[in-house]
Amino acid sequence: MPDTPAIELRGVGRRFGERTALKEVSVLLPRGATLAVLGRNGAGKSTLLRILATLLRPHGGEVEVLGEPLPRRAFAVRPKIGLLGHEPLLYRDLTGRENLQYHARLYRLPEDKVDRLLEAVGMELRGDDAVRSLSRGMVQRLAVCRTVLHEPELLLLDEPRANLDPAASDLVEPLIGGSNGRTRVLTSHDPEAAIKEADLVLGLRDGQPAFLAQPGGLDARQVKELYA
Amino acid sequence: MSTVLAVLRKDLRLELRTFETLPAMALFSLSTFVIFHFGFNQAAIAGQLAAGVLTVTLLFAALLGAGRLFVAEREQGGFDAFLLAPVDRNALLVAKAVAMFIFLAVLEVIAVPAFGLLLLGPPLGPRLPGLIAVLALADLGLAVIGTFVSAIAIQTRARDLIAPIIGLPLLIPALIATARAAGPLLAAHGSGSPPTKWIAILALYDVVFALIAYAVFDYLLED
Repeated sequence: MPDTPAIELRGVGRRFGERTALKEVSVLLPRGATLAVLGRNGAGKSTLLRILATLLRPHGGEVEVLGEPLPRRAFAVRPKIGLLGHEPLLYRDLTGRENLQYHARLYRLPEDKVDRLLEAVGMELRGDDAVRSLSRGMVQRLAVCRTVLHEPELLLLDEPRANLDPAASDLVEPLIGGSNGRTRVLTSHDPEAAIKEADLVLGLRDGQPAFLAQPGGLDARQVKELYA
Repeated sequence: MSTVLAVLRKDLRLELRTFETLPAMALFSLSTFVIFHFGFNQAAIAGQLAAGVLTVTLLFAALLGAGRLFVAEREQGGFDAFLLAPVDRNALLVAKAVAMFIFLAVLEVIAVPAFGLLLLGPPLGPRLPGLIAVLALADLGLAVIGTFVSAIAIQTRARDLIAPIIGLPLLIPALIATARAAGPLLAAHGSGSPPTKWIAILALYDVVFALIAYAVFDYLLED
């Protein structure tokens, strides 16, 4: 279904007990485009990403990802999604290579892909060290490898460059950057950088959309108010 | 099957690297036998009493191990990683239950000879094949229920309390059947083979709970 949008949200909401984490979020994102989701801590950015990743069920509204309605067809979407969240989803007592080999087995992928990816992010010499012994930047590079290992169509990136120095950021750019043609949803605490690489920008305030606009249609005041 | 093997391999590797579960189970069992040894204040025990002591000790050690089964998944994001993968979610149940079964088998290699030395009166040798059969069936039930209960408990804040509170009542039938099946094997002039009736009950219990766990495990992982 390549003609369908990558993401279609209609009035999506989500609660955690009494607290409303997301309310009435509607977005239409074409395939290959990048959506930047901005907002303060607790604005609902990570909740939105987890709904798109099929890890959370929406409590209201409709969600379609890559042409499949969620959560009903979650199993069809999962192989096409790569989630890079706050947690690296890596076992601290395994090495980076062992972690990636485990994920390769879950996705039934050849394990030689692991070596290629470790090399791509400059981790080939530290790939056999336990994750707990690595710096946060190195762990983030491994998490990027895990995210793209199965070549997902849709990348869900929650502050993907957190803990990365400029050199490491350059290394992961071909894997998770805008140039690879994948649809991306990314959150960032650096609104300027996020807007630069976005085709569409969603601002969230207390779980509700403050604005949804193309970068050219945004004025600096709107973004500033979001963080006020 | 490949998913089960992938998860199992990862779990065994983690245990071999951290030794967080098995040593705790073994130390608990050995300490319990020592406490019973002094608590009974008699040279040796046999028969139904011995079977009860062995079974209860292994059951509590199993609950101790079960409490650790999903800790890495919860604390290090293993659940999310697994849920994102295009795999049958019951593979996690099967892999964890097999890992638990292996932990219990290794534990018994240490604990049963220690039990023979510290507490048991009659020699264990001639009855060992029968006892192994009984313990294998008991381990199957402990592994399935332990995994199931641990998967429920890990979703709660008070997981260390929830696992025994739910697990112990569910395991009472297995405890009774195991103790009754092992009793004659540990008696001074007992039979060399366990009573068929209790073996059948234990096997039936294993099958029923394995089916229940398999049927509902998927829902435990849902948001």
